[in-house]
Order: sequence, then structure tokens, then C-alpha cells
Amino acid sequence: MDTKYLFKRHNTYWVKVAVPKDLRKELGFDLRTSLHTHDLSEAQKLREAVVEGFKSQIFAAKENLKQSNGKSSVKTFMPITDTSDPQYYHKVVDCQYACPAHTPVPEYIRKISQNEYTEAYMINWESNVFPGILGRTCDRPCEPACRRTRTHEKPVAICRLKRVAADFKDDVSDLLPKAPSSSNGKKIALIGGGPASLTVARDLIVMGYECTLFEKDPQAGGLMRTNIPSFRLPEEVLDAEVNQILDMGLNTKFNSEITSLKNFLHEDFDAVFVGTGAPKGKDLNIEGRKEAKANIHIGIDFLTSIAFEHIDSIGKKVIVLGGGNTAMDCCRSSLRLGAEDVKVVVRSPFSQMKASEWEIEDAMEENIPIFENHVPKKFIHDEGKLTGMEFQKVEAVFDAKGNRSLVPTDDDPVIIECDDVLVAIGQDNSFEWIERDIGLEFGEWDMPVVNPTTFQSTHPKVFFGGDAAWGPENIIWAAAHGHQAAISIHKFCQNEDINKRPEPGTNLVSQKMGLHEWSYDNDISQAKRFLVPKADQDVALKSLKIEVEKGFDENLAMEEAQRCLNCDVQTIFSESLCIECDACVDICPTDCINFMFNGPEDEVRQNIRIPALNIEQDLLVSKILPTKRTMFKDEDVCLHCGLCAERCPTGAWDMQTFLYEEAKVYS
Amino acid sequence: MTYIVKPVNHHPNLEKNKLGLTRRDYEGTISTLCAGCGHDSISAAVIEACYDLSISSDQIAKLSGIGCSSKSPSYFLNQAHGFNSVHGRMPSVATGANLGNKDLLYLGVSGDGDTAAIGIGQFMHAARRQLNITYIVENNGTYGLTKGQFSATNDQGSKSKYGEENVFAPIDLPTMAIQLGAGFVGRSFSGDKQQLVPLLKAAMKFEGFSLIDIISPCVTFNNHLGSTKSFDHIREHNESVSSLDFVPIGKEIKTTYKEGTKVDVPLHDGAMLTLEKLSKKYNPLDKGQAIQSLNEAEKNGKVLTGLLFINPEVKDHAEILNISDTPLNQLAEKELCPGAKKLAKINASLN
Repeated sequence: MDTKYLFKRHNTYWVKVAVPKDLRKELGFDLRTSLHTHDLSEAQKLREAVVEGFKSQIFAAKENLKQSNGKSSVKTFMPITDTSDPQYYHKVVDCQYACPAHTPVPEYIRKISQNEYTEAYMINWESNVFPGILGRTCDRPCEPACRRTRTHEKPVAICRLKRVAADFKDDVSDLLPKAPSSSNGKKIALIGGGPASLTVARDLIVMGYECTLFEKDPQAGGLMRTNIPSFRLPEEVLDAEVNQILDMGLNTKFNSEITSLKNFLHEDFDAVFVGTGAPKGKDLNIEGRKEAKANIHIGIDFLTSIAFEHIDSIGKKVIVLGGGNTAMDCCRSSLRLGAEDVKVVVRSPFSQMKASEWEIEDAMEENIPIFENHVPKKFIHDEGKLTGMEFQKVEAVFDAKGNRSLVPTDDDPVIIECDDVLVAIGQDNSFEWIERDIGLEFGEWDMPVVNPTTFQSTHPKVFFGGDAAWGPENIIWAAAHGHQAAISIHKFCQNEDINKRPEPGTNLVSQKMGLHEWSYDNDISQAKRFLVPKADQDVALKSLKIEVEKGFDENLAMEEAQRCLNCDVQTIFSESLCIECDACVDICPTDCINFMFNGPEDEVRQNIRIPALNIEQDLLVSKILPTKRTMFKDEDVCLHCGLCAERCPTGAWDMQTFLYEEAKVYS
Repeated sequence: MTYIVKPVNHHPNLEKNKLGLTRRDYEGTISTLCAGCGHDSISAAVIEACYDLSISSDQIAKLSGIGCSSKSPSYFLNQAHGFNSVHGRMPSVATGANLGNKDLLYLGVSGDGDTAAIGIGQFMHAARRQLNITYIVENNGTYGLTKGQFSATNDQGSKSKYGEENVFAPIDLPTMAIQLGAGFVGRSFSGDKQQLVPLLKAAMKFEGFSLIDIISPCVTFNNHLGSTKSFDHIREHNESVSSLDFVPIGKEIKTTYKEGTKVDVPLHDGAMLTLEKLSKKYNPLDKGQAIQSLNEAEKNGKVLTGLLFINPEVKDHAEILNISDTPLNQLAEKELCPGAKKLAKINASLN
């Protein structure tokens, strides 16, 4: 699979091109952009142009740098690492860096291992607003990033630990911020009651803004309520965390769908935030669709109907089309509604299904078969009564460039009997309610043009966030967007430059307590990732309301928390103290530390003790030392065990906890 | 002293040697020496050398006396044989062990006190007898275990941590070893593994008495201004006589030294030592010149390092004593008491 320059964020492919060190001040650590596609072959096609663009941007910056230096360097040297750049140490904390909301993961995991669940919860709440919800439903971009995947095998069960914090916390109501006694006179409208809008509300209410939420459904929560079944996310958990925000003093208008933004803009609001999600399920217009429509349902609408208890049954035989998380929720919900024979049918090969690995596993554990490489051809019906579906078997073929095509095989068409079909093949945005003549520009894929940093649309008063901004993502992205949009709305209302973004808060605190005492637990647990206990299937499958995952108990949570490597406890090097005795080089269990002469990055990466082949991970480069050598530390597989600092006679190495707090509007 | 357990995890790309072992497999328990001790670097260099040579740990015996240096065999080669002897008596134990099983590789680990003071007699006779051992002196010029008194290798005029000057002249172990007929004499610095590791490898492959005097700064008692065994002083006054490459049998010689400066020295098992002479007039095969250079360097306050002297022709004690090829500990009663007939034959041959 050719995924060069590509990476996956939730279900969307992105392009990322690393920026050479000397240009990072100017361009950042890497250039990246979403390709807005879930499809690998499409991403591969789109990639080329974007990569070329990025490369020319890097080239131009390089030329600029050369000219400003006034000399062409014959031999390049790796620049000294600028550790005052908050992003350097931030990037070492892989999980936090990968989290869109930059939740300080190791910090709250340490709290859990000290049984301080409330504190752990509040650290989460501060960053991602919905710890109890996300602890059950997050897409977990942090976990594949976890250092353990490089040093051991499986990542720390970060998501499940987040749930532990929520499950075992005390009453937090006194710890939550309240609206100030008087408003600042500014009024903000939030359209759509999902996680993005709720985050904006939470951030702005404490700043004295009067926020009003408009939601078409009778309750707030958005997709968290309508698209995530209760057996994954119990209603009490959802209500508790949504109500935390409603109770801060948010005005709510439920059952109020906004049908015209043009008219709405005439109302008395200083800014409008659109967080309406991607609420339109894709349909499958093939033969028989119209005739058999009574038994063909759109997946997300079906889930919404279940959530609001509009339906309580389904046919005995059910086909679910699609391989994403919605399809997994649909098939499992069908079982609980009384279906006896549920099949998931996917166009692509099993390995390329878009659903999260664990959601596929959960469905398979409930004995739901998944048929791969079956392309739907027609709905078969008997005078309008759906009886089955016909599929063409295909084979995924990749050309030299890695483009995938699904080529029909010689097999006969496959007919699968069914009473109902659930179509869960993707979601679209729906902006019919936004008139195209109000100064709000629309771009590709009929999506509004939104600034990726400020979340402002081309209409200065209107901001977007969550799925409404860039298409379907996950709750954690909505929270991240909400924080940024809140900053922009605040600056906009205060007539400040919204492009000037606030700096993150950072802090470095030494963990040295005595000659050989460290205030963090630096033993490396060799335990394997712990499995989460689940409800007995006989019971679980009988009800939509019984939560399948029971969550870790306190003992399991403690054990799992010990697996965290404390990547935020940074190895800080002070050149002026180093006597180059090599003690750190000798003791480092993973051979990260090197003293040698400086050179171009690719040479250095090859010549250190164990070549640093993972270019995603930086080298910490020191100033030149008395022997004219430089210290290079490969951050890739550092265990943060602290032995370098422990064996250093002069304290040139120190272990310091780095706290990175993404800026919020109120910070 | 370190209380953290060294994690068992290693770099996923850590290479394996011919035996399928990683460098980590040659480690010992975690060091209890002071943080930054030069001895720990020497342990790391020994690990590196044994790993590179793909020596199985059960073919090695680590022998030591008393002192900080003599603790250090605990910190490398966990699976090797070992004997921690009485102060200064390591060479006797080594001699006995060597006579018992001449097939093992003997690593003698000693310090300046253990060798140049209480054990100097033992040391001299081991060198004189060409005992087949790699004799490592972890030389820090001070008695660290008893709080930093001058040792016998401490230079005259060098200052103690508390300010007083050493009034006695030092013993120079390499000079002494060369004079006593040792076949392989080198000096190195714990802070220079690039020099130390190939030197150790060559010494381990050398059959006969090989001494490596390794200046190993004591970070606690002898690493201050005024000390001649501090990191800074050694770095400033280090004069390397040769750059050394150890080429095991069957490996292509890749070093490209300038014509005229290269010296190839074949070892007993066919391996090759390739030296680049850094000083034109220095010839490591010339005993007289080696001693002269050492004396001159001492006069000029320089510390001569590298392979100082090698005599590839030297015979080790087993050869001199004409000991049987099969190690004595493997000779059973059948070989040792060949019977009356054989005895009669021997007696007859004496007539």
C-alpha cells in the first residue's frame, strides 16, 4: 500500500511533508493538509499535486534563507535544537501531539495512578470537554502515536483510562467554571447542538458572552446522541457532560431548525457559529431503490430514530452496507432490535474497511459476518416488498502508482436474502439552508470556505467548526475546533486581529528530589495491554441500553496506567555542565545518546550508534562541546527512564516534566 | 549508586553478532560506582569488544582484586566465569586458573592500587612469565574507596582534591611491563572508546601478557583542576601514537592509511592489527624506542596513548612450559595415568 506522504486522521487522508530543521521557524514542523477524502486511491491521486506544492514552498523558503545569509554553505550542519520552541518538547509527547485537542495525556494518567480521578477528569475536561463520552467513543489518534508502539508492542489504553477518570471521579460541579455575574453584552448564536457548539459555548460563557444554542432535535448532543448507540455510550453519561455546559447558563432553543442563514443573520447576534455536523447519510441509487424503499433505511437516520425511540423493531434478516463505524453501529443495533441474521457487506477488501479496528472486532465478537469485495448491484423485491440484494464480487487491483480499482471477478452474482437494508456508506454535509448570495463563499465539494486556523468563513461574522467545517471527523476534532473558534469569536467581538493566535502555556519542572530520587515512577512496566472487561453477551444483546464495555476497575486501571512511559518527563541537556564522561551513552537502554561531530542531517542520522531511520522523530542537537563534538539524542525510542540523568555526575541531564497547555480563550 | 533498574527493553534495530546476541546480552548488573565513573565507560568498552568479537561469555573468566576497579567485573558479562580475589593477588589466581584451563579468555581487571601498590610483585611476575591474560588497569591515580589519597601512579606535583601536592614520583606501568618483557602494552583513556575498543579487541586476541593501562578519571576524588588524571587534563595532554584497527580473520582490511605510515601486525590466529603511526618516528615494534618515547612524554607532561609496544613473536607461558594442548582440567585419569606399560616405555627411554 503506497502511503508515502499520506497519513490518516480519523477516516480522512492527509498529506504531510516534513520541513527541514533550518526552515522550521518559518514553516513549522511540517506542511500538512487534509485531502478531504476517505479513499486511499483518491488520496494517492490528489497527493502528487499537493506534495509538489509543498516542495516548491520549501524550496522557495530555502532559497530565501540562502539569500538572507548571503552565502551558500558548502557543508551543512544540523542546527542546534531550539528547545524554547514549545513545539519541540510537545512533539516528544507523542500522544498529546497527536491529539487534536492536545490533551496532556501522561499528566492525567499519572493522576489516575495516584487515585486522583477527579484531577485526572478535570485535566481532560479542560482540553476535550467530554471525557466520559470520549473515554468510550473517541477515535483515539493518540493510541497509534503512543511511544509503546515503537518500544514495545501495543499502545497504552489511553482512551479507556480517560473513561476511568470519568467513572471514578467525585462530584465535580464545584470545580466547573461559572458564567460571570454580568454579561459582557455580546451575543453569540450557536447553530447545531453537537460537541463543537457546546465547546464554543463552554469557552465563551465563562468570558461573559450570552450564548444561545439552536438545535433541530429536542435535546442537545448532536451526533453523540443521535449516532452513537446507548450500548456504547449510556444516556446518563452523555446527559451528564452535556448538562454540565447547559447548566453554565447556555440559552437553548430546541426543536428550532434554522432554515435560512440569510434571515438568521438579521437577528441580533454579534457572531454566529455553525456546528451543524455532516447530517446527511449517502444514499445508494441502484435498481430497485425506489420500489423497495419501505425497507431501505439510511444508516445514520436509522440510528437517530433508535435514539429518539421512534423505532423499536426491524426485520429478521438485515443487510448493512458499508464498512465504517456507522455500519458497525447499525449492525449491532439491529441485533438488539431483534434481527436474527445480520450481515455486513463491504465493497472493499476487509483490510481497507474504514471502521476503527476495535469497532470491527466488537461487531465480529457478536458473530456478525462481514462480506468483503461485494459491490451492490440491485435491490430485489417482490412487488415492492424487499426480499434480497444482488452483489457483484470484485477484486481489488492496484496499479503501479498504487491506485485501487475494484475489478469484477468471473463469479456469478451473489444474492443475499433480507427483510431490511441499512445503507451506511458515508455522510455528507448539508448546507441547503445557507443562501449562496450572502457573502459566504463555497468551495470544492460544495463546502464553505473556512480558514483552517481561525475557523472564520468568508463572512466575517460566521464561524464554522466540527464536521460542518471539514466533513466527517470525530468528537475530539469538534472539541479542538470549538476551542479555536471560541478564541476567534472572542477576538472578533473585541475587534482584535483574529489571525494572531495566543501562545500555548508551557512549563518545565525538574523531577529530581534528591541524589537518587525522582518524583515520577520511572520503572518500565513490561505488562501487556490490559483488556477491558465486557458485559455477558447473552445479556448485552437483549437490550440497546446495556453498555457492552464495563470499563477498567481501579486495579486494572492502576496496572494499565503503569504502562505509560511518561514521555512528558523530558530529558533536558545542559551543555555547560557536561564533562563528556560518556556515562549517559553507556547506560541508555535504547542507545539514544551520541557524542560525535556535527554534519548534515542525513549523515548524522546514519552515523549515530543505531541509525535514526524514523524521520518523523527529531534529534535533539546540542551546542558544540569542549571536544568539538555535539550531543545528538534520537527521541524515537527514548524510554524516559531517567537513567541518563541518574548516571550523570554533573546534572547535565535532568528529567523535567513538560506541561503543554493549548491556549484557550480564557487562558 | 543507582536504584533504578535498567529496563530490559532495547532499541528495536539493535544489531546481533554472529552468535545471535545483542550488545545488551553482554551486560552485567547495574553499576554501583559513582555516576560518571570512568570505570563504567571501560565496562561498556569491554562489552562492546566482546560483542564485536562474538565471544561466548562462557569462554571468558573475569578476575579481579580489590578496589573500585575490581568491583566493575560485576557490571559486564553477567554470564562469564569470575573470581574476585584478595587485594593485589589477582595474578596468582589468574595463573592458577590459566594452568587449569588455558582455553578460556582471561580478563584481569585491576586498579592502580591493586596493581601498582599492594599487588606490584604479582603483576611483575605475571608479565615476566607471559601469563596469557588481558590485564586491564583502571588507573585513576587515587584511592577512591578510602576517600582520595594519592596512589602509586599519581604524578608528582598533581594536586589532591583537598589541595596538597603529591611529593613522590609515579610508577609508570606500561614502561615497567615493556621492560619485563610483556608482548602487548597499550595505554588508553576511558573517555575515548574509539581508541579503547579496538585496543581491547587486539589485546584479547593476543596470546601472551597484554597490559592496557586505562586512565579512568575518578569523578569524585580526582577530577579537579590540578589533577593530572582528570577528564580535562587527559584530553589536553593526550598524545596518541597510533590509530589502531583490529581486523579479525577473513575480514577485508578496509582502512586506507597514508602510504608509509601503515604497519600491519599479524597475530597468532591470523587476525591482523593495522596501525597508523601518528608520529613518524614511533615504531611500536621497537622496545627501546617505546621506552624512550614514554620517558620523553613523561618529561614533557604528555600522556602517550595507543598501542605502545607489541612483540608478535612472543611465546606465552603455556608454550614456554610446554603444557599439553588439551587443557589440564579436561585430562581424565586415563590420560594422566596411562598405565604400567606406558611407564615402562618412558623409563626405558630414559636409559
